[in-house]
Amino acid sequence: MLAPIFHILPLTTVLRTRLLPTNGKVLVRAGQNVSPTDTIAEAVVGRKHTVVDIQHKLGLAPRKMAQAIKVKKGQKVAKGEALAATSGIFGKEIACPVDGKVVAVGSGKIVLETGGKILELPAGLPGLVTEVIPNRGVTIRAAGALVQGLWGNGKLDWGILMSLLDKPDDIFDPTRLDVEMRGLIILGGHVQSAKVLENAADLPARGLLVASLSPSLLSLAQQVNFPVVVLEGFGRRPLNQAAFKLLSTNIKREVSLNAEFISQQGRTRPELFIPLPVNQDPPELQEMEAFAPGLKVRVVYLTRPSVTGTITQVYPAPVLLPSGIRANAAEVKLENEQRILAPLTNLEVLG
Amino acid sequence: MAASTVEGNSLLTLDVGAVTTRAALFDVVEGRYRFVGMGKAPTTSATNPPNIVLGAQLAIENLQSMISKPLMDEEGRLLVPSQPDGSGVDGVVTILSAGAALKTVVVGLLADVSLKSVETLAQTTYARIVERIGLNDSRRLDEQVNAIVRQSPDLILVAGGVDGGAQQSLRNLIETVGLASYLLPESRRPAVLYAGNAALREEVKASLAGTAFKVQTVANIRPALEVEDLVPAQRELSRLVIDIRQREMPELEELRTLSGGVILPSAFAQGRMARFLASYYGEGKNVLSVDIGASAVSMAASMEAVVHLNVFPHLGLGEGLSGLLQHFPVEDILRWVSVEAPEETVRSYLYQKVLYPSFVPATVEELALEHALIKQNLFTATQLMLQRLPRRFRSRGGMLPSFEPILVSGTPISAAPTQGQKLLLVLDGLQPVGITTLALDTHNLLAMLGAAAEVNPLLPVQALDSGALSNLATVIVPTGSLKLGTPMLRAKLIQEDGTETTTEVNMGNLQVMPLANGKIARLQLRPLNRADVGLGVGRALEVDVTGSEMGIVIDARGRPLQLPADAPARIALHKKWLKTVEG
Repeated sequence: MLAPIFHILPLTTVLRTRLLPTNGKVLVRAGQNVSPTDTIAEAVVGRKHTVVDIQHKLGLAPRKMAQAIKVKKGQKVAKGEALAATSGIFGKEIACPVDGKVVAVGSGKIVLETGGKILELPAGLPGLVTEVIPNRGVTIRAAGALVQGLWGNGKLDWGILMSLLDKPDDIFDPTRLDVEMRGLIILGGHVQSAKVLENAADLPARGLLVASLSPSLLSLAQQVNFPVVVLEGFGRRPLNQAAFKLLSTNIKREVSLNAEFISQQGRTRPELFIPLPVNQDPPELQEMEAFAPGLKVRVVYLTRPSVTGTITQVYPAPVLLPSGIRANAAEVKLENEQRILAPLTNLEVLG
Repeated sequence: MAASTVEGNSLLTLDVGAVTTRAALFDVVEGRYRFVGMGKAPTTSATNPPNIVLGAQLAIENLQSMISKPLMDEEGRLLVPSQPDGSGVDGVVTILSAGAALKTVVVGLLADVSLKSVETLAQTTYARIVERIGLNDSRRLDEQVNAIVRQSPDLILVAGGVDGGAQQSLRNLIETVGLASYLLPESRRPAVLYAGNAALREEVKASLAGTAFKVQTVANIRPALEVEDLVPAQRELSRLVIDIRQREMPELEELRTLSGGVILPSAFAQGRMARFLASYYGEGKNVLSVDIGASAVSMAASMEAVVHLNVFPHLGLGEGLSGLLQHFPVEDILRWVSVEAPEETVRSYLYQKVLYPSFVPATVEELALEHALIKQNLFTATQLMLQRLPRRFRSRGGMLPSFEPILVSGTPISAAPTQGQKLLLVLDGLQPVGITTLALDTHNLLAMLGAAAEVNPLLPVQALDSGALSNLATVIVPTGSLKLGTPMLRAKLIQEDGTETTTEVNMGNLQVMPLANGKIARLQLRPLNRADVGLGVGRALEVDVTGSEMGIVIDARGRPLQLPADAPARIALHKKWLKTVEG
């Protein structure tokens, strides 16, 4: 059975694809180096449509419509400009109700596209553009440290990493978010108070990277304007030692916090990336690995914190778990030498 | 059916679920079709790049090693048809439930007529209705168009008008649909199914052909005001759903080719099987098939030869859980939890499970929470299904109508450690009434058999005869407004050897009368204190019953099941009930 790999790596090469939510224009080319704040693509989003019923307004027969319509598909039109008109002593003119662009003409109607705003897609991390996906975005290659998380609120930013996490099982104290934290990406423990998110928004912080989040704060975390990445999940959960060590040794570095939604298809995960200077690119990430003795794994529990250990044995047939369920499982030796039985579905390979 | 009619072709069925992909082999053994074995693998939508075919290959590999028969060649290609040396298979069919619920816009004329019917149609598949547009919609044309464009739906279902009726209002709605589709980027245009006034079918095809991803037209779902016929539309919708999935997962084409085009949404195949089972168990029987999985809870009720199929993607135990608490409060789950667990733990479990949809409960506490979730989701699905059933099938008090049998599929139930747990998951979740048999689809074959029937109608019959279903319990559920502890039912079980067992069950209790699996006995039932066992208040009856794995279970706990508000008392009661059924 193949296992998903959960990455906590001090040095690796990542390939990250940044895509616009809709078709737009890619502003960079393959082979170009980009910095995190560079806009790599842009698109117009949130456009609305206005339908002008010319036939109804002019009271014309369908066969006379072509002659009456004065604009063409693709044409930009200004408010007040004539969209259609009839001639003669009782001639009428239909003025354009808004500034916009004609996107459809037919069935006696004109459809105008209006409004919208330009969405600029930042690179998010420094690196080399390896591929351009026409009209959508690019793939960027970068080297550095990587810590993946489990939940993100869909936002992305870049800044200096600071820590308010003294121990992996700390509870995030909102009063420690003072003015000196403004514009920083802040590492913290378990968030059990809305004040953490509110104070971070007031500063404002560039982002929050936290061990865990109370499920009742999920909605608020989705609404804040900065990226929030939850590393261990919901309910009180300490940060795993590997991530704690790696993050603690990278304080004050510039980092990219990508709170991308986790995809059930495994295509995306929220993550913190710390770009590091390298002479030679380190190995690229491996996404799947077959379960085998010796692999370092995280054993996931849903009602208590996850634990880490090393697989000592993968059972060839389903075995009885403490819950009474039979499942394909492995024996895992924990860091405290205790050996436990864990279903393969509940294991994530660390690497 | 005579064994000589068996064609002898083996069939591989693939079930690509949201979490697990399963490969099952059916072949002829001693002249009749049998379920030979099953291989499983995680659905490989998490590979990079995602490719569900890989999961299917792994499941087939596991199957061939389990049955010690090669099904693939050295390069991992499935051998179709079977080879002279016996390797390979003769045919393949696939069912699919993987993928997020399809964002669906329903369009109809009158809210209580075509719009209602088209909503019912949407509810027969893995759809999430995101917008409704009807004749009485007060929004302007451009507001309706903008609403559709904003939702960027996968699917638009259109109905309206009786056959031979007025057309202009419907034309206007179709124009709205066409315009909105046209304004969406080409790669995101929706598929459209038209099931309205038959006179407009060709016109709809012609007008939407260039603007929608796919356009299908089908017989009117409301050919007359008082007639609703969803069957042809359901069939076409199932094809369209697969087309949409294939756009999301291009590799599906490989499975489609392999399956000779027979690839069906799992819920649709389940519905087919419910129809088939109703005739299999005997004319006039009302059969209920329930399936719970990561992608949805689906319920197919075959009543008076019509299948009422309901799919609830928001009640699936995978991705759908993230929005579950929008549908009921956390206390509704908590009431089923049989261990001490604070509300925060239940919430954390829910949201954490969304992150790990393939998670298997490893501890007793996790199992208790998982089972609470299953019961609550089954209960909610049952209530929703009851609201959607035609009025004549709804009983007073919102209870489930009488079904015989009730068939239950889904790994979350079949994987429960004990038979008692399985029984209580079903009894508490569905809360049946009267006399019924609970049959467990131990290997989750029913939907697969529904798809298999497409290519070999004989196979499901013989596979069922060979014991694809296990008889979990014969259940007697008296109802009535009695006080706790009041005698509710007197039962006498007379076995074939003349042995008699008599019992009296009080309101609030569960009781088991042992009767070995497959044994037939005579059961005399006398409802007490105005209780009802299905024939009417106080009416006694005598029936032949068949023993099951759990024997004859009398559930006199009342409907709907009332649970103590006090947590320790409630937990103690759950434990007591489990102890009762497990003996």
